[in-house]
Amino acid sequence: MFGWCGKILKIDLNSKKYDILNPDINILKKYIGGKGLAGYYLKDHITLNWHDPDMPLIFFTGPLVNTISPTSGRMTIMSKSPLTGTIGDSSVGGSFGFSLKKAGFDGIIITGKSFDPCGIEINNKNITFTNASSLSDLTVNEINNLIRDKGSTAAVGPAAENGVLFSNIVIDNHYFAGRNGLGLLFSSKGLKYITVKGTEKTKIYNKESLKKARQDIFRLTFASPVLMGELGISNFGTAALYDLIDNRRMMPTDNFRKTHFNNACLMNAHIYKKKFNPKKQGCLGCHILCKYITEDGSSIPEFETMSHFSALINNNNISVVMEANKICNEMGMDTISAGATIACYIEILNKKLSGSDIISILKKIGYAKGIGNELRKGAFRFAESKGKSESAITVKKLELPAYDPRGALGMALAYATSTRGGCHLRSYPISHEILRKPVSTDRFAFSGKARIIKIQEDLNAIIDSLTACKFIFFAATLEEFSKVYTSITGIETSAQDLLKIGERIYYNERIMNSLNGFTKKDDDLPSRFFKYPGTSGNNIDIPPINRTEFIKTLENYYKIRGLDINGIPTKEKSKELELEWKN
Amino acid sequence: MEKLIQKYNDKLFKHGLTERDEPLIGTLDAEIIWNKTNKTTNILEKLFKTLNINSIIFSEPAEPYKTIIEYLTKTSSGIIYPEDCETRTFLHELPYTKNFDVQTITNILKERKSLIIPGHGIITFGTVSPEQAFVTFSSVCFAVYIKFFSDYLEHKKHRTITNEEEKTFNKIALMINPYPEFSFSLMKGPFSKEKVYKALNEAGKITVKSKLVDSYFGNISYLIDNIIYISQTGSSLDELDGYIDTCPIDNSSCAGITASSELSAHKQIYLDTDNTAILHGHPKFSVILSMDCNQQNMCKYKNQCHTKCPYKRFVNDIPIVPGEVGTGPYGLYKTIPSAIKGKRGVIVYGHGAFTACKKDFNEAFNNLLSIEKMCKQEYFKRANI
Repeated sequence: MFGWCGKILKIDLNSKKYDILNPDINILKKYIGGKGLAGYYLKDHITLNWHDPDMPLIFFTGPLVNTISPTSGRMTIMSKSPLTGTIGDSSVGGSFGFSLKKAGFDGIIITGKSFDPCGIEINNKNITFTNASSLSDLTVNEINNLIRDKGSTAAVGPAAENGVLFSNIVIDNHYFAGRNGLGLLFSSKGLKYITVKGTEKTKIYNKESLKKARQDIFRLTFASPVLMGELGISNFGTAALYDLIDNRRMMPTDNFRKTHFNNACLMNAHIYKKKFNPKKQGCLGCHILCKYITEDGSSIPEFETMSHFSALINNNNISVVMEANKICNEMGMDTISAGATIACYIEILNKKLSGSDIISILKKIGYAKGIGNELRKGAFRFAESKGKSESAITVKKLELPAYDPRGALGMALAYATSTRGGCHLRSYPISHEILRKPVSTDRFAFSGKARIIKIQEDLNAIIDSLTACKFIFFAATLEEFSKVYTSITGIETSAQDLLKIGERIYYNERIMNSLNGFTKKDDDLPSRFFKYPGTSGNNIDIPPINRTEFIKTLENYYKIRGLDINGIPTKEKSKELELEWKN
Repeated sequence: MEKLIQKYNDKLFKHGLTERDEPLIGTLDAEIIWNKTNKTTNILEKLFKTLNINSIIFSEPAEPYKTIIEYLTKTSSGIIYPEDCETRTFLHELPYTKNFDVQTITNILKERKSLIIPGHGIITFGTVSPEQAFVTFSSVCFAVYIKFFSDYLEHKKHRTITNEEEKTFNKIALMINPYPEFSFSLMKGPFSKEKVYKALNEAGKITVKSKLVDSYFGNISYLIDNIIYISQTGSSLDELDGYIDTCPIDNSSCAGITASSELSAHKQIYLDTDNTAILHGHPKFSVILSMDCNQQNMCKYKNQCHTKCPYKRFVNDIPIVPGEVGTGPYGLYKTIPSAIKGKRGVIVYGHGAFTACKKDFNEAFNNLLSIEKMCKQEYFKRANI
C-alpha cells in the first residue's frame, strides 16, 4: 500500500491487550487520515460520557506523514471533549506522527481504563505496557526527561491528574494537543505517557512527481511574507502576529472589554527575541520552523498565549508572560483557556492582579488548590457558578482566542459555527480578513462570508486529515497538495475532490455534535460583542456586531452547509456526502 | 458582493484585459448573483454546484490576448506552458479545451485555477472573492503575452518560424500601442511621514496608467528615518490608499507582516545603497528580453535560468539577474542589491524590473519607463523587424 501503513493499533487498557485493524482502502480514500479517520472511528461512541472507559481516545496520522511532503509532521488526536461536550480534536506537531508511521501504524485507538497509572511503549511492532505510578505529580518536563530516550513522547502533567478541564496532551515536551481537555481524558484512562519509535519507510507511488510538487510548494512558501518573510512566523514564530492584531484594533484586552492594548509595542515579538535570544525549531518535516526555544529549554509563547497573558489580563510584564507560559506547559494545560479563565476571574473579582498573583493562580489551577479548584473548570462554569455568565467569553464553553470578533466579522461567524467551540482554526478567516491571503476580504462586512467560512472549514478539515500544517496554506493551495497526495498514494485526485472530502469530514462532526444535543442556540457569541463597541482609533472604527446581520449570515451558512434551520444535519445532505445519518 | 462584481467588471476593461462589459461575473453566497444573464450563465451556474468556489469570471479577452490565445491553443497540445515567474509560481500551467461542456470544464477547474476555451474565452474562479478570479485572469493574459513574444523571438533566431506564427505576429504587432509620453512631474521629495502616502499613491497610479504593470504585478516603497513605507502584499498599485505598511528597518515591529513579498529585496537595496525610493513593475518587453539568451542551449543550468544563471547578462546598460520572489535560497534580495548599484535599474529573469533612486519617484518611474521602451526597441531589433 502506498502512503498509508494500512494498520491501526487498537489498544484495550482494561486488559492491556492490543489488536491490529486493517482498514478497507475505501475507508482510507473516503476519510484520508488524521481528523477524518479519527472522526470515522469516533462517531459510533460519541454519545457516551467522556469518562466512560469505552470512549475511544484516537491518534491518527495521514498518508503524507513520514514522507518529504512539506509540513507533514502533524497528526490529530480526537475524542469527546471534557470541557465542551462537543467532539474534541487537536492537530499537533512534533515528531509523534512521523514516529508512529515509522512504527508501521496509521493510528492508535485506545479504549478501556488502566487500574494503575500506566505507560504505553511502541517500538516498531513491539507494544509494551508499563507501570507509571512513579510519574504521578511530575511535570511534563520531568516526565519527558525520563522517557525521551524511548522515542517520540505524548504525556500529561499534573493538570490532567487534578481534573483541569482544559488540560493538554503534550508531544515531545513542546507541542500541545490543546483546547479540548483531551489531557484529562488521557489521564482518566489511567494513561500517563505513550512513547513511539520505528524504522519503517512510507511507500511512495511516484518519487519524482512528489519532488516536483514539493518544489512548487517550497517556491510558494518562500514567496509568502507571512510564512517566510522578513517579519513572518519563520523569523519570529506566531508571535509575529502580535503587533498586527493590535494595530488592526482587534487585540482582546481586559477580558474582551477593549480591543487595543496600550503596551503592545513594548511586549512584541522583537522584544522577546532580543530579551530571550531563542533558537528556531519546528515540527519534523517542516521547513518553516515557527517554534522558538530559549537556551534553558523554555518555549517563546505562541501569539495567543502572548496576547492573553498580557492584554487580556492587563499584564505589562513580559517576564510574567514567559513564566505563565512555562507553568502552563509544565502543568500541561491550555494557555488560551487558562488566560481567558483568569481574565474572567479578574472581571468578576473587579480587581487588578499582580504578576505574582497570576503565577500563583496558575499553579493553583494546575494543582486544583483553593480558587484554582474552581477555575480549573474553565471560564464558563466558573462565571455561571458566580451568577455572572456574561463574564465568560466562550462559545460552546470553549474560551475564545486572541482575535476579537468585532474586528473581523468572518471570525465572528467562524467562532460560532466551529464544531469544537470558540476556536480560530476551524476556518481561520484571519488569513483573508487580516493577512490578505489568498486575497483580502472586507473584515467589517458579512457579505459573502457564509460561503467563505464553509469552504475554509472544509479546507482545514482536509488539511488536518492529509495531514499538513494549516499555516502553509497561507501560501500553497490544494492545487499543489493534491499533486502531493497523488504522488504519494497513487490515487488520482484534484483540489476540488479533496475539498469535497473535507466537506464530508466536517459534516460528520456536525452529525456527532447534534447527537449530543448541539443546535442553533449553541452557534452563538457572547452578548458582549453585540452590545458594546471595541476600542476605535488609528482611523479604525470597531462598532458592536450587528446581531440581525449575524443571524442572517448564520442562517445562510446553514443553507450552504446543508443543515436545517436549527443547524441540524439532514438525511439528504448526509446521503449526498455518503455519511450515515443519525438523529 | 454586487459592488465587487462591478469593481472587477470595470477593472478588467480598464486594464485592457476585456472589452467593456464583456465579462460574465458570478458570485455565490447563499444565492447566485450574476452581473448579467445569458445562455452561458446556465452552463456556468452548474459549476457552482460541483465546485467549492464562490466566484467565477468568464470572458473573451481583449486584443491582443484574444489573437495570441487563438494561436497558442492551435499550436499547443492541451496545455500551454509559459515560463515566466507568475506562471511558475502561481499558475503552473495553462490548460485549454475546445469542449464547452460542463463536465470538461469542471474536470479541468478541479485541478487548475484557469481554463482557456478557444473561441469562447477564459474561465477563472475564486474561493473567497472575485478578486482571485480577476488576478488569475490578469495573470493568464500576462503569461500568454510573454510566451508568444518569447517563442517568436526564439523561433525567429533559429529560423523555425512558421507562416502562421509570422502572420499572427504581424497582426499583433499592429495592436501594440506606444507607451505614453509624460511631460508632468511627480511629487518632489524628500517626503515627510505625512506626505509619503500621497507620493506612493501617485507613483503607483502613474505606473499602472503607463501599462508598466498590471495592477497586481508590482510593488513600491520609500525610506524615511529607517522606516520602509511599502505596498502590502497583493495590493494594487493603483489602489494603495490604506494599503501601505510601515516596516522599521531593524524589524522592531512585525505590524508590516502583510507587506509585499519583496520587502527583503527593498530592504537590502536600502541597506546597500543610498537610495530612498524603489519601484518594481512587470513591464512586458523587459520580461520577454530577460528570457532571451544565446547561451541557453549549451548552458549546464538550462531550465534553471531563473535561479542559477551563471552569466553577467545585460540589455544595453541594464543588468539581468536571476532570483525568485521572496526569501528562499535563490531569493532576489540576494541578486538585485549589488546589481542595481550605479545602474538605472535591474531586470529579474522572467519576472520584472526594479528601479531605485535617491529623492522621489520621478527618476524611478522615468527609468522604469525608459527601460521598457528600450527593451521593446531592442526586441524588434533582435527580431530583425
